[in-house]
Amino acid sequence: MKGLTLIVKTITDFVVAFIVIFGAYIVLYGHLTPGGGFAGGVIVACAFILLMLAHGKDVAFSRLGERTAHVLDSAGAFAFLLIGWVGMTAGFFFINVFGRGEQFKLLSSGMILPANIAIAFKVGSSLFLVFSALAIFRRRSFRSMIEDELS
Amino acid sequence: MENIAPQLYTLLVFMVIGSLVAIETRNLLSAVISVSAVGFALSVAFLFLGAPDIAITQLVVEVLVLIILIRGTILIDNTAIETHRDTLAVIASLIFFGLILGFGAMIFGSTGFPNFGEPLMNVSRVYVMRGLPETHAANIVTSIILDFRAYDTLGEATVLFASILGALAILRKDGKAARREVAPA
Repeated sequence: MKGLTLIVKTITDFVVAFIVIFGAYIVLYGHLTPGGGFAGGVIVACAFILLMLAHGKDVAFSRLGERTAHVLDSAGAFAFLLIGWVGMTAGFFFINVFGRGEQFKLLSSGMILPANIAIAFKVGSSLFLVFSALAIFRRRSFRSMIEDELS
Repeated sequence: MENIAPQLYTLLVFMVIGSLVAIETRNLLSAVISVSAVGFALSVAFLFLGAPDIAITQLVVEVLVLIILIRGTILIDNTAIETHRDTLAVIASLIFFGLILGFGAMIFGSTGFPNFGEPLMNVSRVYVMRGLPETHAANIVTSIILDFRAYDTLGEATVLFASILGALAILRKDGKAARREVAPA
């Protein structure tokens, strides 16, 4: 059986959705409460890493594929750069040209909310990629060890 | 602000002890766990200092790093460290530590340390005064790192992007080479 015991798997299935929701909350309310794109992105990445630890590599990759993670990583970085370039319409890089909105409301503070979301995608998917790269690395080390013993 | 010095000093002593254990222990897994304990204590210290943003980030990154380090450590069969201590390195560290203490005594010896958070610089005063009215972001840390100083955050994101790309390139090359080797056999 791949992954950990049945108890861990059941609890993981139950908890993962809540972790993702909490991470999304940390990201979306980053301009109102403590947190932000980096912390929220790492929390979402932790949810997928928990999935990978409990169920094994294949289940986690079926939820968030390696290629999708690559695309999200690059797209997040590019979106953040694009938000900076939008400011060029007002004259300078990173000018906050979006509407400020009403204070203490979710849709406020102009470019800070989209920038938080872009950073969250970038950080979360890249940290998930690092962990999955470790899984690939581990498979290779096991195989080379077995091959060394057989030869 | 109430006096938080006792709590901070307790955490500081705990962190120093944890670092010493991490350096001196002979077991790699114990060293990893000691380093993580230091990190968690640091996150509690940030909370006492009134910086919940950094405390959350520190806590979450510490959890992730602990998972990755433990996963890297348990792959090694023999986790005991058997290298003996380099005398030259110890002497050099002691000399540098003495130099730091000496210069610190030269600079702060007569006047004493300034109070925490004082003096308020011109730049930070502008940020604190104009953060909410200009950006409409209630969390002042976010208003600084994503509005006033967004260019710095772009540099930070670039560094992260490049380093993760490099790490993936190195690790993936092994994975692909292994697949090619294994496939014909």
